[in-house]
Amino acid sequence: MINWLKLRYLYLALSLLIIIPGAISLARFGLKLSIDFTGGSVLTLSDSTIIRQKDMTQQQADEMVGKLKEKNKDLKMVSFETLGPSLGQETIKKTIYAVLLASLLILIHITRAFKQLKFGVCALLAMLHDSLVLLGIFSLLGHFFGIEVDLLFVTATLTVLSFSVHDTIVVYDRIRELQKRHSNESVYDLANQAVSETMIRSLNNSLTIIFMLLALFLLGGASTRFFALALLIGTISGSYSSPFTAVPLLVIWDDLRKSRGRTS
Amino acid sequence: MRQSRGLLFFIFTLVLFCLYLNLPFDLQFSRKILNKEFSFNLPRPRINFRLGKSVFNRDLNFKKGLDLSGGMQVTLLADMEQIGQPSRTTALESARSVISRRVDLYGVSEATVKTSVAGADYRLIVELPGVDKPQEALDLIGQTASLVFATPIYQADPASPGAEPQLVTFVPSDLTGKDLSLAQVTFETQNRQPAVSIKFKDPGRDKFAKLTKEFLGKPLAILLDNSLLSAPTVQSEITTGDAIISGSFTLDEAKFLATQLNAGALPVPVKILSQKVISATLGEDSIRQSVLAGAIGLSIVAAFMILYYGWLGVIAVIGLGVYSLITATLYRLIPVTLTLPGVAGFLLSIGMAVDSNILVFERYREEIRAGRSWPVSLELGFGRAWNSIKDANLATIITGLILFNPLDWSFLNASGAVRGFALTLLLGIFISLFTGIVVTRTLLRFFYHGTNQSPNQPQQP
Repeated sequence: MINWLKLRYLYLALSLLIIIPGAISLARFGLKLSIDFTGGSVLTLSDSTIIRQKDMTQQQADEMVGKLKEKNKDLKMVSFETLGPSLGQETIKKTIYAVLLASLLILIHITRAFKQLKFGVCALLAMLHDSLVLLGIFSLLGHFFGIEVDLLFVTATLTVLSFSVHDTIVVYDRIRELQKRHSNESVYDLANQAVSETMIRSLNNSLTIIFMLLALFLLGGASTRFFALALLIGTISGSYSSPFTAVPLLVIWDDLRKSRGRTS
Repeated sequence: MRQSRGLLFFIFTLVLFCLYLNLPFDLQFSRKILNKEFSFNLPRPRINFRLGKSVFNRDLNFKKGLDLSGGMQVTLLADMEQIGQPSRTTALESARSVISRRVDLYGVSEATVKTSVAGADYRLIVELPGVDKPQEALDLIGQTASLVFATPIYQADPASPGAEPQLVTFVPSDLTGKDLSLAQVTFETQNRQPAVSIKFKDPGRDKFAKLTKEFLGKPLAILLDNSLLSAPTVQSEITTGDAIISGSFTLDEAKFLATQLNAGALPVPVKILSQKVISATLGEDSIRQSVLAGAIGLSIVAAFMILYYGWLGVIAVIGLGVYSLITATLYRLIPVTLTLPGVAGFLLSIGMAVDSNILVFERYREEIRAGRSWPVSLELGFGRAWNSIKDANLATIITGLILFNPLDWSFLNASGAVRGFALTLLLGIFISLFTGIVVTRTLLRFFYHGTNQSPNQPQQP
């Protein structure tokens, strides 16, 4: 059996290698918010020009298209969207509530299912890991490539959170089962065995989802491209975080408790 | 085994039923065999029945959201300043019914008007699929269209005493658009100009008769939204309650005015909070691209499962086929309004649907490796995998419910796009639990024959 957990600190270091640049970017540049959050108007034309303005009415948009039509007869409006700023503020608030509520419920669910708080907390930390990876990468993408974060991104983030937990629970379930059979073995050994036994399943499952999302990202059209990208990044991070963040954290939690027990 | 046979029969019937409900066209068949005419006709299903008070009526077409069909969505903010706190909900509700009447009269099919209250904001969300003249639709929705008849005021000019009193202004009377029973487009007798004929209801008829009597030979102004439309001179006392509004309209303008008058005035002024217009071509492109992406993604997943798990994989793929079929049927029955994120949610759920299969198959291989016979391993595999499948899916259900926000909690999101995604994701989880556990298990019991050796190498189908 491979001793996966021997390198537990390396996995966490690897995660930090991705998370730290993202976190710095988040702190310095933040996210490039779409009009879903900031309010404003976006007019998209059939030659894929995008016109952004703080506030545009339908009439102004029609006039603008009319004027541009003089130069290019085939030009058509593809979509037009305008949103008041108050609505954007509200969306941000609702998003935060949704994430907090989801986290709380998932913490309760896992703690109840595994009858130990450490499972819930570590799963939540792995979830936090995935959201930081996702937010960080999108902050960088926003700063360097102008990719915006919209309402669908929020949906993607919440889905990633649930996928991350989904994956983590599968590994934890194995630990729980092994615990029942070999109650005298250490958490370290149990965790090692659980990671080995679920590795192929995790890989295969992630692969099928990644195939689907890759197809959606490459072929699915512009309106869902970055939605698919967010889900893709999240799925990869979520698959990594289950055996390489959630489980190592569980073992480290145990290490810490043991060493504290020795000193006191 | 007897129970499984029942299940197999149930699954088979379910598949046939779903296939029938998904029939894209009328199925017709007629051929001469041995000089005998065989004919067979299976029309596309339509559902129409009544259960107590609720009517269940479905044409079983996929319902496309705005981003797929094209059209516009407008969120309006109702200005409640003039309305007292207790009657605000009623005012919003009557604004909703006025707008839906206007939209219906305008001829938008499957338009929806919803109300939503967020904090102190009273909102109306109007969805108009297929509308390609957004400005016209906005005018129709937002205008207050208050029609008032106004009476003339004369004043003698103090500079020239003895002269005729001059017409200075008009003051609104109590005869308004509310007194109308019907407005119709008509043509004036003299110059064939389009005009609008109106008919007053009972109290309005009397008021109109009184006005025409009082102001015989004088002009009577017709004001629309406080601007003078026309001021015809009263020729005779009218007691029948019929009148004509003329004002050099084009035919379209006359139609528009008639529509507005019929629908009535908005009880509260509204302003546009947000608006989204999507052209039909963008919608078509999106559908084509999503279908292509879905088909390719699905084939890769199927190929992967078969290559890696052999016959087990083949059965999983059949299970996936049943999954897609049941999903499509439910989308038609509920009906689920398909949006782009909804389609993405469906595709994602396919990726997740194979997860329960993978979990079970890996367990199965473990048990085989531990030296058990394959039928025992199969049952153990399903039994042991169930715990993790249950707990893991419960976590996704929690998130799905928060996104879907079924109780309409005002502190959570209620946007159509997010809900569409959540609904397809939630449906996906429940259906995939059914197909991943019940369907695949039953199929495996009947059609799978395993080996008792440890399958270190992937089996070939």
